[in-house]
Amino acid sequence: MTAGDAPRCKILVPSGVLGAGCHDEAFQRGVALGPDCLAIDGGSTDSGPHYLGTGTSKMTRQATKHDLRQMMLARDRLGVPMLVGSCGTCGTDSGVDWMADIAREIAREEGLTARLALVYSEVTAEQLMPLLDAGKIDALEPALPLTRERLLECDHIVGLLGYEPLASAIAEGADIILSGRTTDTAVLAAVPLMQGFPAGASWHAAKTAECGGLCTVHTRLGGVMMTIDAEGFDIEPLHAANQCTPYTVSAHLLYENSDPFRLREPGVLLDASDADYRALDERTVRVTASRAEVMPYTIKLEGSGSAGYRTMIFSAIADPKLLARFDEWLGNLEAYLRAGISRVMGVEEGGYALEFRPYGKNAINPVPAASPPHEVGLMTLVWAPTQQQATEIAKYCNPMLLHFPLNMDDPLPSFAFPFSPAEVELGCHYEFKLNHVVHVDRPDQLARTRFETIGEAAHG
Amino acid sequence: MAELGDIAKYIRSKSAGPFWVTIDIFCHDADSFERVAGSPALAPRAIAELYGVSENGVRQYRLPSIHVLKISFPRTAVQGSLGDVDSHAGQYFVPLLSVEID
Repeated sequence: MTAGDAPRCKILVPSGVLGAGCHDEAFQRGVALGPDCLAIDGGSTDSGPHYLGTGTSKMTRQATKHDLRQMMLARDRLGVPMLVGSCGTCGTDSGVDWMADIAREIAREEGLTARLALVYSEVTAEQLMPLLDAGKIDALEPALPLTRERLLECDHIVGLLGYEPLASAIAEGADIILSGRTTDTAVLAAVPLMQGFPAGASWHAAKTAECGGLCTVHTRLGGVMMTIDAEGFDIEPLHAANQCTPYTVSAHLLYENSDPFRLREPGVLLDASDADYRALDERTVRVTASRAEVMPYTIKLEGSGSAGYRTMIFSAIADPKLLARFDEWLGNLEAYLRAGISRVMGVEEGGYALEFRPYGKNAINPVPAASPPHEVGLMTLVWAPTQQQATEIAKYCNPMLLHFPLNMDDPLPSFAFPFSPAEVELGCHYEFKLNHVVHVDRPDQLARTRFETIGEAAHG
Repeated sequence: MAELGDIAKYIRSKSAGPFWVTIDIFCHDADSFERVAGSPALAPRAIAELYGVSENGVRQYRLPSIHVLKISFPRTAVQGSLGDVDSHAGQYFVPLLSVEID
């Protein structure tokens, strides 16, 4: 147990991602508890390479603005720092600028004034090349070979910052910190770490709270409050009717972590192997014995680049005779189409890709089914270097996807197309290009910080 | 013998970054946890075979205090790559449901 007057640092975490929404009653209860800071993560690679490749947000502007307004109003009342990490999902410079624009709009609408720090963490291939040449970039497992060419294939590269550039911005007087790509935990741990609370407790608390209410029993009832002290941390849900239990809190370290005990952050390794989880009451859990080991300071890189275009046709089949021999039919169809793409379209293997995903059969589950399916949705995907080529090849496939018979002497069958036109252009295809860390001399080596005043004072 | 899907309380899978998948097998109690965690049918070699991945890449973590066996391995298709059919790896656990446990 902690003494009532011992130094503590309370961080209100409204949800796992800005734009996901925090139950207002829960949020206001958290604000009433007097947090020392409001912090939230704004991004992830979880939704795939498109967002980093394009530098755009997965969350809608409207939902993001709703949540940002809730936090900015509370911050103004409390007079404490507020942090948003990995702005705009991917944390590119465009993501930070997008979030800053929303913050300025809210400040104008609500008559708020605040000192804003924009902490950028996008890096260019050219910036990384000397570090690559100097052997300062290491591959993580599974290792991808890294060359100058591969760096140049990325449309955007971001470094996942640690807490230090955020702490510096607060030390220099920022009220609101909007950062580019930052580790989810660094955003939440920045204030306790800069105030000198133990690294083990601060990082472990942040890891527990980074998904908001996911470490609670009722995961949709809003976020959590983490309270760090000299010996450990307490975690409780914001909503009075929600609970954290030793089970929900310890089990959360499993989520989206390949190793549930040892978690790497910039310059530090959190070791939760011996952590002790104890219920303080029916809704609050106390965690002690989390350890942190100092490690070489590395920053993880994420890079995404365009790699051709795709066009899809989705067709559906319910004819039981065909479904009884589906694999044979699909094999014949594929051979027929590939021969035609070469002969008629003049495109050879390697110049395109053709993939079938028979949903209802085994598009996602490789375990063979015991009986033929009731119906199958057949997704046909064509990849080519340009959108026009991908669509041309898909159009060539269209008549056979509609009419290809089971036996060559069958009367012409027709399958179910749900749309006209059947071809759906999926646009540019992006791929993650990097799984690497870069050794830096200083924690802020890849960070660029810009300050501005928003709201009334900015114009006064 | 019984299928893992019938023994476990809950099984889930999820991406752990774009290059890894992690699968959490939650068991009801210490007995079923021991049965699951000790099963050769869930050892790295068997997992590698089931998912078509390298045995060297398969990691197993035991969390007896919450009766969880965790298995992580590099994804067969990197998230978002051309052959990836499950971006969040949310359905990767399904082939495990029918694995026979002694």
